[in-house]
Amino acid sequence: MTQSRPLLEVKSLSVTFPSEAGPVEAVRGLSYHVMPGEVMGIAGESGSGKSVSSLAVMGLLPRRARIAGSVRFEGEELLGRGDKDLSAIRGGKIAMIFQDPLSALTPVYTVGDQIAEAVQVHQTVSKQAAMDRAVELLNLAGIPNPRERARAFPHEFSGGMRQRAMIAMAIANNPKLIIADEPTTALDVTIQAQILDLLLKAKEATGAAIVMITHDLGVMAGFADRLTIMYAGKPLEAGAVDDLYYRPRMPYTIGLLGSIPRIDAAPGTPLTPIEGSPPSLTNLPPGCPFTPRCPMRVDLCRKVEPDLVRMNGSGEEHFAACHRSAEIEQKNLTGLDIFPAPADRTRDFSRVSDVPVLRITGLKKHYPMVRGAILHRRIGTIQAVDGIDLEIREGETLGLVGESGCGKTTTIMEILSLARPSSGAIEVLDRKTAGMTAQDRFQIRREISVVFQDPMASIDPRMPISDILAEPMLTHGVPADERARRIGELLKMVGLRPEHTSRYPQEFSGGQRQRICIARALALKPKLLVLDEPVSALDVSIRAGVLNLLEELKAELGLSYLFVAHDLSVVRHISDRVAVMYLGRIVETGEVNCVFNHPAHPYTQALLSAAPLPDPRKERARRRIILKGDLPSPANPPSGCRFRTRCQKFADELNDQQRQKCIDVDPVLCEHGNAGSDHRAACHYAEGGKLN
Amino acid sequence: MVYLAFLVLIATSATYFLAAAALNPRSNFAGRNPPPPPAVIDAQLTSLNLNDKTPILVRFGRWADGVLHGNLGLTIDHDSVNAEMGRRVGVSLRLLLIGSLLGSLCGIAAGAWSAVKQYQLSDHAMTLLSFAILSVPTVVLAVFLANAGASFNDAIGHRLVYNTGEYTPGLEAWSGADVVNRLQHLVLPSLVLILQGLAFYSRYQRNSMLDVLGSDFVRTAQAKGLRRSQALIRHALRTALIPMGTFFAYEFALIFIGSIFVEKIFSWHGMGEWFVQSIQKNDVNATAAIGMFVAVLVLFAGFLSDVVTVTLDPRIRRA
Ligand code: SF4
Ligand code: SF4
Repeated sequence: MTQSRPLLEVKSLSVTFPSEAGPVEAVRGLSYHVMPGEVMGIAGESGSGKSVSSLAVMGLLPRRARIAGSVRFEGEELLGRGDKDLSAIRGGKIAMIFQDPLSALTPVYTVGDQIAEAVQVHQTVSKQAAMDRAVELLNLAGIPNPRERARAFPHEFSGGMRQRAMIAMAIANNPKLIIADEPTTALDVTIQAQILDLLLKAKEATGAAIVMITHDLGVMAGFADRLTIMYAGKPLEAGAVDDLYYRPRMPYTIGLLGSIPRIDAAPGTPLTPIEGSPPSLTNLPPGCPFTPRCPMRVDLCRKVEPDLVRMNGSGEEHFAACHRSAEIEQKNLTGLDIFPAPADRTRDFSRVSDVPVLRITGLKKHYPMVRGAILHRRIGTIQAVDGIDLEIREGETLGLVGESGCGKTTTIMEILSLARPSSGAIEVLDRKTAGMTAQDRFQIRREISVVFQDPMASIDPRMPISDILAEPMLTHGVPADERARRIGELLKMVGLRPEHTSRYPQEFSGGQRQRICIARALALKPKLLVLDEPVSALDVSIRAGVLNLLEELKAELGLSYLFVAHDLSVVRHISDRVAVMYLGRIVETGEVNCVFNHPAHPYTQALLSAAPLPDPRKERARRRIILKGDLPSPANPPSGCRFRTRCQKFADELNDQQRQKCIDVDPVLCEHGNAGSDHRAACHYAEGGKLN
Repeated sequence: MVYLAFLVLIATSATYFLAAAALNPRSNFAGRNPPPPPAVIDAQLTSLNLNDKTPILVRFGRWADGVLHGNLGLTIDHDSVNAEMGRRVGVSLRLLLIGSLLGSLCGIAAGAWSAVKQYQLSDHAMTLLSFAILSVPTVVLAVFLANAGASFNDAIGHRLVYNTGEYTPGLEAWSGADVVNRLQHLVLPSLVLILQGLAFYSRYQRNSMLDVLGSDFVRTAQAKGLRRSQALIRHALRTALIPMGTFFAYEFALIFIGSIFVEKIFSWHGMGEWFVQSIQKNDVNATAAIGMFVAVLVLFAGFLSDVVTVTLDPRIRRA
């Protein structure tokens, strides 16, 4: 890169919001610069100030925010400029892409109109010319039939399409800088891969620099050139991605990297959790904000806040804010040196017995699709789940993965209802749910419990913890003294203090609330726990702790888990076996190492290749399979193989005769690889693909 | 449409039964001096289809038959209800339409403004004003404005606004002077209804606007280069209008009730005034006709509010 002038230069930016509890210091002393054409990343967990800082750059914060410092764009100061001046730059030279493209597009205007509006704000062109340009941009952003789709409203687009439209809007005026705020967070992995790919193409087409904001260190690794890690409003470490990922010099970064489950790691590789949770941003104590969670803290940390200083050993622009980073650099300390080693969790497969806890055969769930407000007409059938088999044995974790709309939620709802399925059979502990009486069902319900994604939505905020935990026991008539004893036991089990029984959910952090949910699920000593995306609502540094807890509990109590998630690395970390779902079917299943190391089905291969790795070199070297398009409607699945409309193998490798089979014949799950292994895939041309 | 006509039918019939049951036309003759012989009274009542000695279902049947043939019957004074209604409908509709349309438009503007200026002085002033208007009975508001109009005329030393009647008789119909004169009469009574509509609408609009003000799409609109004011009007206000359509129907009913008092106080000879008179005179047929008028109005307002909602919200349009 030539030593030109920085495009954007942010110096000592600070943002404070007034609040009833005192001023909230959302950003404190953030400095970074972006050179033309480069990708600068800002990573951090929620509340780290990463998004607020970019809104401050754009001048889009509410008026009550107090902003100090300096933001220079092409040498000109932006802070303190009026709305009129800034609006000339916004959407012109600096464009922005937001996280949730459904709420980010105005519901009452067509997508085309909204893009055309962006064109017309900055260019004096006719309405028709602007609309033509919008169609052209949509085409550039990879939207099929752009002229027709431009007349659609945002709610008629899928999530990925909406984000494409947002990108089209962002590049409408050939910006010099694109600020992308969590652009792929709300999307599925295969769609995420599409969007990241598109962002890079947009960058090439416009030559724009990108400020990439995300909490996902995997996405960041392959995308950014340089990176700043923020925590509690402050930059804690900054530098080139390679320096930061391979030579992190301060405990938070080290801990964060160690706490992410990796798709390329063997299952059971221990995660180093960071204890505690991020501090509140009002009345921050003096000293390093990470002190309460840092295993390396010394007295000085509590008193003096460390400055961001240059590291001598690595790249020339590597900075860290830690009193002990020189020492970390010298001794080359890693996560295993700094963070307490988690208990040994080498997988003990001998504990997995042959006794099935749950067995599902040929389960189908079809919903009628109706239209019309007064006269309901049945216009089709949604085949949410269409004939799946699953088996979970005692002491085993089965990971169920798939993107939204694949039917995993329907599957667990069917299991939890314990009702007679409309087709197929569900057996819990060798008993078919179909023939059960209400009494039987009530009894068997003790054996299965569930933990949902959002802990706040699944516990009543007005109940103290003791009542929350007692609820299931009350329902099943556990005597009072037994209940009290059990509550203390449960809290200890999930790593909370038994004294906390009288507290209310608000007094706990997100991770602790999820622990409460887990405790409640364990109250009746169930055999099987259904975990529905149990860590996806949690911040990265907290996830590891909850995952470790789940593993400990399983080992201790001999539980079985049905672990449903869209995040493949989490599934790989925790599961013994996996089942991959696509459009209501299981397309591949088997022992986790087999499936992840030798994915046989093209969909699994695409999923795995799309899952980001927190490893810049590997990320850069990877060949990514980018799937085309969106999930087809489950009301009208393609003939033959359901995956064929998006299958890369179908599109690129097969000849016409082979393709015909995919179109005509619905592939069944059949044994794959070594005879006797339970690795099975539903593809006519399944193969032992190797990851990476 | 059939559905709507059916609803009007039900509402009107219900009004008829209610009026026939509650009103007692026979008592009108009680105070006469000398008292007319019962046979005369019966004959009179029968000729009006109001005789309580005829079973109510029979009376209803006769009345309904007339209604279906476009004849709403006779008033207690032996005039045609149709004719009386024809005279009065225009008077009321003028007030109602102006009141509800301007009222909702001003209310929407005021509410949106209030929301943008949330917690600032103008917002607080607006809130105070609308609660004051909503809590004062229409009669009080109308009397207050009538008096205020008079004081205003005194202050400027010229009769700019009138607080009685619809127009000054004697001017050539629809000449320039007549139109101005009618407008001068229209100002005060309309203002009462407008103020009420404004107070009503501004509260809802303020809330609805506050909901969208912080939303992501307003931020996107700004991020693409729209000025804040443009983003607010084109994106926030436009979206915040959607729920307003629903309130249109309710507000219309409310305004009709308001107009009864307004007509009475400003001496306009409209439906509202007639409604009060008919009840006083135990006039069942007129009351039922007015009930039909209100039913048609409210249903029309409801239909209109559906149309407005569908036009405003593409998510409903294509669902
Ligand atoms: S300054 Fe101290 S508390 Fe902060 S990260 Fe470094 S060692 Fe830990
Ligand atoms: S059966 Fe054909 S279309 Fe389906 S996954 Fe295999 S190759 Fe692709």
